[in-house]
Amino acid sequence: MSQHDDDHGGNGLTRRHALECMIWAGTGVLWTVAGGVPVSRGFLGSAQAAEMSGFSFLQISDSHIGFSKPANPHADATLKEAIVKVKAMPGKPAFMLHTGDITHLSKPEEFDTAAQLIGESGLDVHYVPGEHDLVDEGAGKAYLERYGKVAKGAGWYSFDQSGVHFVGLVNVVGLKPGGMGSLGAEQLAWLADDLKAQSDSTPIVVFAHIPLYALYPQWGWGTDDGDQALTMLKRFGSVTVLNGHIHQLMQKVEGNVSFYTARSTAFPQPEPGKAPSPGPMLVPAEKLRGLLGVRNVVFAPGKAALAVTDTALADA
Amino acid sequence: MIIRRHLLQLLLALAIAGPAFAEDSAAGVTVKIENFTFSPAELHIAPGTTVTFENADDIPHSIVENDKKFHSKPLDTGDKFTMTFNDPGEINYYCGFHSHMTGKIIVK
Repeated sequence: MSQHDDDHGGNGLTRRHALECMIWAGTGVLWTVAGGVPVSRGFLGSAQAAEMSGFSFLQISDSHIGFSKPANPHADATLKEAIVKVKAMPGKPAFMLHTGDITHLSKPEEFDTAAQLIGESGLDVHYVPGEHDLVDEGAGKAYLERYGKVAKGAGWYSFDQSGVHFVGLVNVVGLKPGGMGSLGAEQLAWLADDLKAQSDSTPIVVFAHIPLYALYPQWGWGTDDGDQALTMLKRFGSVTVLNGHIHQLMQKVEGNVSFYTARSTAFPQPEPGKAPSPGPMLVPAEKLRGLLGVRNVVFAPGKAALAVTDTALADA
Repeated sequence: MIIRRHLLQLLLALAIAGPAFAEDSAAGVTVKIENFTFSPAELHIAPGTTVTFENADDIPHSIVENDKKFHSKPLDTGDKFTMTFNDPGEINYYCGFHSHMTGKIIVK
């Protein structure tokens, strides 16, 4: 990695670096707008405000342990590098999210390797499955045995951290022919019930594998019944939706909802419509780590928007 | 004579048609999976034809019949799934990983 840093220093401002800066700038704008609007204590109940404190958490995604094709023959090595980045994050993150496709083919040894590498972070990790994690003989049994102990249904659950309500959704089960991701009636009913207990001023973070909105339906990048979930979230003042699946950074803000897709730690995928298919994108070896990365999210009480910072494994 | 000629023509037609079907059954046909697409997306075959699905992508795909009557294991790059279709009818299927990928086999 130091070699990449050296290369970067010698090359001056690369296109990738310029894009990185733009992403940073984009994040900064969100942060400034949110920070520029004074939030009265009345926005949050005083009791609730008292129990809220700032914290940060991390997100990694699409580690695809077991993948060994030309786009990255060493998905285990890049996950290891991602965890090194995680450990170097400033402050002590409260926990880490993994937004699915932990493994490539749901094999026990892939789950084992992922658990061992991610375990090096020393952090609690909250998982949701990707479609690649549910293709064992038991159609998801292997995943649920490891990560579904506190989950409902196919693996959905919620938890609270310092006044923020986190909801992990599963949109890779019950897929319909010709469709995209799917939440299903049972999970949507659970979500409605789960959110009922939350006040409008509770910051909500939803994490799932596939984007909840129709990001690019031609490639199946969306969730057929995602709108139903998003409708339930409309009444909340601060909603952050984090996902993986598309192996690249994308941001969108709609009302009070901010959507962020994450980089993979394994291989990049093309921008929507910029290639014949969304398959793994082969880039020159020295560019790969600039397209993989980890995410840091900071919550500060009184600020509606969470501050999201993406860090590549290396400059490219 | 006329009847005999017609009979010969009929036998000749059968001789041509027969082995053609037999060849189809023996050699089978292939549905290639490439760029997240089943090719051909609509396949017409005779009863008894063996179809081989072959994944040419760098990402796994699978074959799942729409009503889950049959499904393949995950097919990694170069993996194949073979199935013989004996009964006339229409079979609709999709990819278990990427459900927007769909295909159809018409057995007639």
